[in-house]
Amino acid sequence: MKLEFDIASGDFSKAGRASSRIKKMLKQLQVDPKVIKRIVVAIYEAEVNVVAHSVGGKMLAEIDGTGIRVIVQDNGPGIEDIEKAMQEGYSTASKAVRNMGFGAGMGLPNINRNTDEFTIESELGVGTVLTFRNNF
Amino acid sequence: MKLSEIIDLTNAKVVAGDAEKDRELLRAFSSDLMSDVLTLDTEHILLITGLTNLQIVRTAEMADIEVVLLARNKTATPEMIELANETGLVLLETPFSIYRASGLLFQNGLDPVY
Repeated sequence: MKLEFDIASGDFSKAGRASSRIKKMLKQLQVDPKVIKRIVVAIYEAEVNVVAHSVGGKMLAEIDGTGIRVIVQDNGPGIEDIEKAMQEGYSTASKAVRNMGFGAGMGLPNINRNTDEFTIESELGVGTVLTFRNNF
Repeated sequence: MKLSEIIDLTNAKVVAGDAEKDRELLRAFSSDLMSDVLTLDTEHILLITGLTNLQIVRTAEMADIEVVLLARNKTATPEMIELANETGLVLLETPFSIYRASGLLFQNGLDPVY
Protein backbone atom coordinates (compact mmCIF):
# COMPACT_ATOMS: atom_id res chain seq x y z
CA MET A 1 0.00 0.00 0.00
CA LYS A 2 1.32 3.44 -0.95
CA LEU A 3 0.36 6.82 0.45
CA GLU A 4 1.63 10.11 -0.93
CA PHE A 5 1.34 13.59 0.54
CA ASP A 6 2.40 17.07 -0.51
CA ILE A 7 3.87 19.15 2.31
CA ALA A 8 3.65 22.92 1.93
CA SER A 9 6.32 25.24 3.27
CA GLY A 10 5.38 27.36 6.29
CA ASP A 11 1.83 26.04 6.61
CA PHE A 12 1.77 24.95 10.23
CA SER A 13 -2.02 24.63 10.27
CA LYS A 14 -1.64 21.56 8.05
CA ALA A 15 1.57 20.17 9.58
CA GLY A 16 0.72 16.76 10.97
CA ARG A 17 -1.99 15.82 8.47
CA ALA A 18 0.16 13.25 6.73
CA SER A 19 1.29 11.77 10.07
CA SER A 20 -2.30 11.63 11.24
CA ARG A 21 -3.49 9.81 8.10
CA ILE A 22 -0.67 7.28 8.38
CA LYS A 23 -1.40 6.74 12.08
CA LYS A 24 -5.06 6.01 11.33
CA MET A 25 -4.06 3.61 8.58
CA LEU A 26 -1.64 1.71 10.84
CA LYS A 27 -4.30 1.51 13.57
CA GLN A 28 -6.74 0.02 11.08
CA LEU A 29 -4.10 -2.54 10.17
CA GLN A 30 -3.88 -3.37 13.89
CA VAL A 31 -0.16 -2.74 14.12
CA ASP A 32 1.27 -2.82 17.67
CA PRO A 33 0.61 0.62 19.28
CA LYS A 34 4.27 0.87 20.43
CA VAL A 35 5.43 0.39 16.85
CA ILE A 36 2.86 2.94 15.65
CA LYS A 37 4.01 5.52 18.15
CA ARG A 38 7.68 5.28 17.16
CA ILE A 39 7.04 5.58 13.45
CA VAL A 40 4.44 8.36 13.66
CA VAL A 41 6.68 10.44 15.93
CA ALA A 42 9.45 10.07 13.32
CA ILE A 43 7.05 10.95 10.48
CA TYR A 44 5.67 13.94 12.36
CA GLU A 45 9.16 15.27 13.13
CA ALA A 46 10.05 14.92 9.44
CA GLU A 47 6.83 16.62 8.37
CA VAL A 48 7.41 19.55 10.74
CA ASN A 49 10.98 19.83 9.39
CA VAL A 50 9.75 20.18 5.82
CA VAL A 51 7.19 22.83 6.86
CA ALA A 52 9.69 24.72 9.03
CA HIS A 53 12.88 24.55 6.99
CA SER A 54 12.21 23.83 3.33
CA VAL A 55 10.50 25.41 0.35
CA GLY A 56 8.11 22.45 0.34
CA GLY A 57 8.23 18.78 -0.48
CA LYS A 58 6.45 15.47 -0.35
CA MET A 59 6.20 12.29 1.64
CA LEU A 60 5.77 8.77 0.40
CA ALA A 61 4.86 5.94 2.75
CA GLU A 62 4.89 2.29 1.70
CA ILE A 63 3.29 -0.25 3.99
CA ASP A 64 3.41 -4.02 3.60
CA GLY A 65 3.10 -6.99 5.92
CA THR A 66 6.63 -6.62 7.24
CA GLY A 67 6.87 -2.91 7.98
CA ILE A 68 6.64 0.68 6.81
CA ARG A 69 9.12 2.61 4.69
CA VAL A 70 8.92 6.38 4.47
CA ILE A 71 10.64 8.75 2.06
CA VAL A 72 10.50 12.46 2.81
CA GLN A 73 11.85 14.64 0.06
CA ASP A 74 12.00 18.43 -0.11
CA ASN A 75 12.94 20.85 -2.86
CA GLY A 76 15.59 22.77 -0.97
CA PRO A 77 17.44 24.66 0.28
CA GLY A 78 19.39 21.63 1.53
CA ILE A 79 21.39 21.16 4.72
CA GLU A 80 24.84 22.72 4.84
CA ASP A 81 26.33 20.43 7.46
CA ILE A 82 24.49 17.16 8.05
CA GLU A 83 26.79 16.13 10.87
CA LYS A 84 25.90 19.29 12.79
CA ALA A 85 22.20 18.92 11.98
CA MET A 86 22.26 15.43 13.49
CA GLN A 87 23.68 16.77 16.77
CA GLU A 88 21.16 17.19 19.54
CA GLY A 89 20.66 20.88 20.31
CA TYR A 90 21.83 22.24 16.95
CA SER A 91 19.11 24.14 15.10
CA THR A 92 18.69 26.78 12.42
CA ALA A 93 14.98 27.24 13.17
CA SER A 94 13.40 30.70 13.06
CA LYS A 95 12.00 32.45 16.11
CA ALA A 96 8.46 31.81 14.86
CA VAL A 97 9.13 28.06 14.74
CA ARG A 98 10.68 28.13 18.22
CA ASN A 99 7.65 30.00 19.56
CA MET A 100 5.52 27.08 18.47
CA GLY A 101 7.49 24.70 20.65
CA PHE A 102 9.85 23.34 18.00
CA GLY A 103 13.34 24.18 16.79
CA ALA A 104 15.23 22.81 19.77
CA GLY A 105 17.56 20.81 17.57
CA MET A 106 15.99 17.52 18.51
CA GLY A 107 14.09 16.54 15.37
CA LEU A 108 16.64 14.60 13.31
CA PRO A 109 18.17 12.81 16.34
CA ASN A 110 14.63 11.87 17.41
CA ILE A 111 13.85 10.45 13.96
CA ASN A 112 17.04 8.40 14.18
CA ARG A 113 16.08 7.14 17.65
CA ASN A 114 12.57 6.13 16.63
CA THR A 115 13.39 4.24 13.44
CA ASP A 116 15.02 0.89 12.65
CA GLU A 117 16.78 2.19 9.54
CA PHE A 118 17.49 5.82 8.73
CA THR A 119 19.44 7.63 6.03
CA ILE A 120 19.70 11.31 5.22
CA GLU A 121 21.11 12.83 2.05
CA SER A 122 21.24 16.51 1.30
CA GLU A 123 22.62 18.77 -1.37
CA LEU A 124 22.74 22.54 -1.05
CA GLY A 125 20.48 24.22 -3.58
CA VAL A 126 18.80 20.93 -4.43
CA GLY A 127 17.14 19.47 -1.34
CA THR A 128 17.10 16.85 1.34
CA VAL A 129 15.90 13.25 1.25
CA LEU A 130 15.17 11.25 4.39
CA THR A 131 14.51 7.53 4.09
CA PHE A 132 13.51 5.50 7.09
CA ARG A 133 11.93 2.19 7.90
CA ASN A 134 10.39 0.41 10.86
CA ASN A 135 9.64 -3.29 10.99
CA PHE A 136 6.34 -4.53 12.39
CA MET B 1 -5.03 9.78 39.36
CA LYS B 2 -8.56 10.03 38.06
CA LEU B 3 -9.32 12.72 35.49
CA SER B 4 -12.11 14.04 37.73
CA GLU B 5 -9.56 14.64 40.50
CA ILE B 6 -7.22 16.47 38.12
CA ILE B 7 -10.11 18.70 37.05
CA ASP B 8 -11.12 19.41 40.68
CA LEU B 9 -7.59 20.09 41.94
CA THR B 10 -6.78 22.57 39.17
CA ASN B 11 -10.23 24.20 38.92
CA ALA B 12 -10.18 23.18 35.29
CA LYS B 13 -12.79 23.53 32.61
CA VAL B 14 -13.23 20.84 29.96
CA VAL B 15 -13.23 22.48 26.52
CA ALA B 16 -12.85 19.48 24.22
CA GLY B 17 -13.04 15.73 24.22
CA ASP B 18 -14.89 13.17 26.24
CA ALA B 19 -13.84 13.77 29.83
CA GLU B 20 -15.11 10.48 31.25
CA LYS B 21 -14.45 11.02 34.91
CA ASP B 22 -13.06 7.57 35.65
CA ARG B 23 -10.24 7.84 33.15
CA GLU B 24 -6.99 7.16 34.98
CA LEU B 25 -3.78 9.06 34.24
CA LEU B 26 -0.52 7.61 35.48
CA ARG B 27 1.96 10.45 35.05
CA ALA B 28 2.29 14.10 34.08
CA PHE B 29 4.82 16.20 32.18
CA SER B 30 5.00 20.00 32.07
CA SER B 31 6.60 21.58 29.01
CA ASP B 32 6.32 24.28 26.40
CA LEU B 33 8.78 22.43 24.21
CA MET B 34 6.97 20.07 21.87
CA SER B 35 10.32 18.66 20.69
CA ASP B 36 10.81 17.42 24.24
CA VAL B 37 7.29 16.01 24.47
CA LEU B 38 7.99 14.00 21.30
CA THR B 39 10.86 12.18 23.03
CA LEU B 40 8.66 10.69 25.78
CA ASP B 41 8.09 6.94 25.77
CA THR B 42 5.45 7.01 28.50
CA GLU B 43 1.76 6.54 27.78
CA HIS B 44 -1.44 7.65 29.54
CA ILE B 45 0.07 10.95 30.58
CA LEU B 46 -1.18 14.45 31.24
CA LEU B 47 0.64 17.30 29.49
CA ILE B 48 0.62 20.68 31.22
CA THR B 49 1.58 23.55 28.94
CA GLY B 50 1.33 27.30 28.48
CA LEU B 51 1.35 27.10 24.69
CA THR B 52 -1.84 27.33 22.66
CA ASN B 53 -1.50 26.38 19.03
CA LEU B 54 -2.65 23.62 16.74
CA GLN B 55 0.67 21.79 17.03
CA ILE B 56 -0.02 21.05 20.71
CA VAL B 57 -2.99 18.96 19.61
CA ARG B 58 -1.02 17.31 16.79
CA THR B 59 1.91 16.58 19.09
CA ALA B 60 -0.46 15.04 21.64
CA GLU B 61 -1.96 12.88 18.89
CA MET B 62 1.42 11.55 17.75
CA ALA B 63 2.80 11.11 21.28
CA ASP B 64 -0.32 9.24 22.52
CA ILE B 65 -1.09 11.92 25.10
CA GLU B 66 -4.70 11.71 26.22
CA VAL B 67 -5.18 14.91 28.20
CA VAL B 68 -3.68 18.41 27.86
CA LEU B 69 -4.08 21.07 30.53
CA LEU B 70 -3.63 24.67 29.33
CA ALA B 71 -2.31 26.75 32.20
CA ARG B 72 -2.72 30.33 33.36
CA ASN B 73 -6.05 31.12 31.67
CA LYS B 74 -4.78 30.32 28.20
CA THR B 75 -7.76 29.55 26.01
CA ALA B 76 -7.85 26.93 23.30
CA THR B 77 -8.48 28.30 19.81
CA PRO B 78 -11.55 27.08 17.89
CA GLU B 79 -9.20 25.16 15.54
CA MET B 80 -7.60 23.42 18.52
CA ILE B 81 -10.99 22.43 19.92
CA GLU B 82 -12.15 21.13 16.54
CA LEU B 83 -9.01 19.03 16.03
CA ALA B 84 -9.04 17.78 19.63
CA ASN B 85 -12.62 16.56 19.23
CA GLU B 86 -11.61 14.85 16.00
CA THR B 87 -8.58 13.08 17.49
CA GLY B 88 -10.21 12.31 20.87
CA LEU B 89 -7.93 14.52 22.94
CA VAL B 90 -9.30 15.94 26.19
CA LEU B 91 -8.44 19.66 26.45
CA LEU B 92 -8.64 21.39 29.83
CA GLU B 93 -8.14 25.02 30.82
CA THR B 94 -7.00 26.09 34.28
CA PRO B 95 -6.59 29.56 35.81
CA PHE B 96 -3.51 28.26 37.68
CA SER B 97 0.07 28.71 36.50
CA ILE B 98 2.08 25.73 35.27
CA TYR B 99 4.00 25.78 38.57
CA ARG B 100 0.89 25.80 40.75
CA ALA B 101 -1.00 23.19 38.73
CA SER B 102 2.06 20.91 38.61
CA GLY B 103 2.71 21.38 42.33
CA LEU B 104 -0.86 20.56 43.32
CA LEU B 105 -1.01 17.46 41.16
CA PHE B 106 2.40 16.22 42.31
CA GLN B 107 1.49 16.80 45.95
CA ASN B 108 -1.67 14.79 45.51
CA GLY B 109 0.10 11.80 44.05
CA LEU B 110 0.31 12.21 40.28
CA ASP B 111 3.80 10.93 39.40
CA PRO B 112 6.23 12.74 37.10
CA VAL B 113 7.52 11.14 33.87
CA TYR B 114 11.09 11.73 35.00
